[in-house]
Amino acid sequence: MEDAVALKNNDKTNLKPVISEDSPPSALSEFWYFFKQNKGAVAGGWIMVLFILIAILAPLLAPHDPAEVYSNVLRQAPFWSSDYASGFYLGSDDVGRDVLSRLIHGARVSLGIGFFVVCISSVAGIIFGLIAGYFGGIIDTVIMRVVDIFMALPSILLAIVVVSVLGPNLINTILAVAIVAIPGFVRLVRASVLQEKKKQYVVASKSFGAGHFRLLILNILPNCIAPLVVQATLGFSSAILDAAALGFLGLGAQPPTPEWGTMLADARPFIESNPWLVTLPGICILVVVLSFNLLGDGLRDALDPRLKK
Amino acid sequence: MIKFLLEKLGVLSLTFLGVSILSFSLIRFVPGDPVLLLLGERGASPELYAKMKKDMGLDKPLVSQYGQFVGNVLQGDFGTSVVSKQPVTEEFLDRFPATLELGITALTFAIIFGIPFGIFAAIYRNKFPDYTIMGVALIGYSMPIFWWGLVLILIFSVTLGLTPVAGRLSVMFDIEHVTGFMLIDTLLSPEDKWPAFLDALKHLILPAIAMGTIPLAVIARMTRSSMLEVISEDYMRTAKAKGLSRFKVVAIHGLRNALIPVVTIIGLMFGSIITGAILTETIFSWPGIGKWMVASVTARDYPVIQGGILFIAGMIIIINLLIDVMYIVVNPKMRG
Repeated sequence: MEDAVALKNNDKTNLKPVISEDSPPSALSEFWYFFKQNKGAVAGGWIMVLFILIAILAPLLAPHDPAEVYSNVLRQAPFWSSDYASGFYLGSDDVGRDVLSRLIHGARVSLGIGFFVVCISSVAGIIFGLIAGYFGGIIDTVIMRVVDIFMALPSILLAIVVVSVLGPNLINTILAVAIVAIPGFVRLVRASVLQEKKKQYVVASKSFGAGHFRLLILNILPNCIAPLVVQATLGFSSAILDAAALGFLGLGAQPPTPEWGTMLADARPFIESNPWLVTLPGICILVVVLSFNLLGDGLRDALDPRLKK
Repeated sequence: MIKFLLEKLGVLSLTFLGVSILSFSLIRFVPGDPVLLLLGERGASPELYAKMKKDMGLDKPLVSQYGQFVGNVLQGDFGTSVVSKQPVTEEFLDRFPATLELGITALTFAIIFGIPFGIFAAIYRNKFPDYTIMGVALIGYSMPIFWWGLVLILIFSVTLGLTPVAGRLSVMFDIEHVTGFMLIDTLLSPEDKWPAFLDALKHLILPAIAMGTIPLAVIARMTRSSMLEVISEDYMRTAKAKGLSRFKVVAIHGLRNALIPVVTIIGLMFGSIITGAILTETIFSWPGIGKWMVASVTARDYPVIQGGILFIAGMIIIINLLIDVMYIVVNPKMRG
């Protein structure tokens, strides 16, 4: 009401002050306004930052070398146990390596896997999704049928099959999990492109003679970013989960790589005698995955205009 | 509607054809010679090598190899396991009921708890029960189930000694496999009926919880958001205005409409059930197709991997088709 009055009064004289005083908030500050209301998402973001720092600073933070074997201290108890004696705060594993150091370096491995998987799968997904959605016709049909084929198989099954062909190691884990994640990105980008390409700004740009490349990369793609950011965040968490599952099945990173899933599998025989060996890597996986899911949920709510009131 | 179904069927057969090409090409992508791989470097005399190559059909051109593969599959012949020398179809049928029993139990567990939790959270939107339920649901959704299974074993089997650690039935019971469902077979057996049934149930309970956790979280989240959408509809206000009790408004007017997307999600969950089976069966030594697939990947038993992929993909495709059909039956708008 006040705005309307202000607008009416200023109408005759000058429009400028109205615009500068009441101009809509920038997209970023609007996003931040909605995002910070979601306490869970902010917490998720902070946990994520913490783990990223741990991953980057791993060599400085870890008290021991993660692969160093101290053969005189096998399966030492952690600090909360009454048997705690040595300098291994979270105990040592079955061959005498420091669990804390392995967990810290494990953050590096898991977040690294997530990072590369999201990079590979989102870039491939964007390329195929843009092409399918923009050009349509037979190209679209072919791409989407291939996506359907990959979607017909459960992700982890597809990943273990890819690993069975390529052989189990860290690089192939990244490849397998990335391949599995591509179809989701393709579908998402294609759907956004189909929505955007009918809009007037695209038609306008086209009528000015913009080529396919300019239309796709400079006009359409930036407007598909919001759902992509959400998908990438959630993709990060499922990549970490899938990679850890492969590691657990013995089809992922191979020992002595300090990968959390592999550590879990190694510790399985000692679940009765040394339960913390099993508990700790699992908690790490859970907390990291949870933080990315919290963040992803918050981003989706903040970026999705339909949910804003 | 018939046209829609035929189109759908066409697309799905195309997808299945694609999966068959994928699983066929698989063995050809393996670095190295598949014949040597199967025979082992040492056991390969030239005659044996040539015979094996001929047996596997690898001496013919690729296209005719694929043709033969499809022909065999259409006749129900999915090849022979390299490890056990059993037909793949037989191995699959032996193990499938175990996975099905576990999957159905897990899904039932997820539905029984997931839907009420979702409704409850929606009714108390943005209040304490909502935050608690949705917080727990997000933790469940983020759960590495291979770890969750181990934690359950640690608590209920190792510490409390309530449940067995592995398998479907204790060895002391000798039960005839009639249906393949252990819960039913134990009840059909002439002796030891109830002790055996209880024993089977105890074996089933932890894997079912582990496997049902993620579906439970998904169902609860879905029910909540779907219920929230429905709550603001006009007919809900009308029902309230008519003076119906709160329970009637929610359970009869709300739930019926809110459940449509939930049912779709449950149908689509079959894929994640298989994913769950792969991990859960490995942890609990459950003799189903998940454990079978992992074992065959570890042993590089390619005929089994090929056949298993085809079976699983085929099932998922058929289930998706059934969901589409059900959707048309349930939703009159789609009949057109």
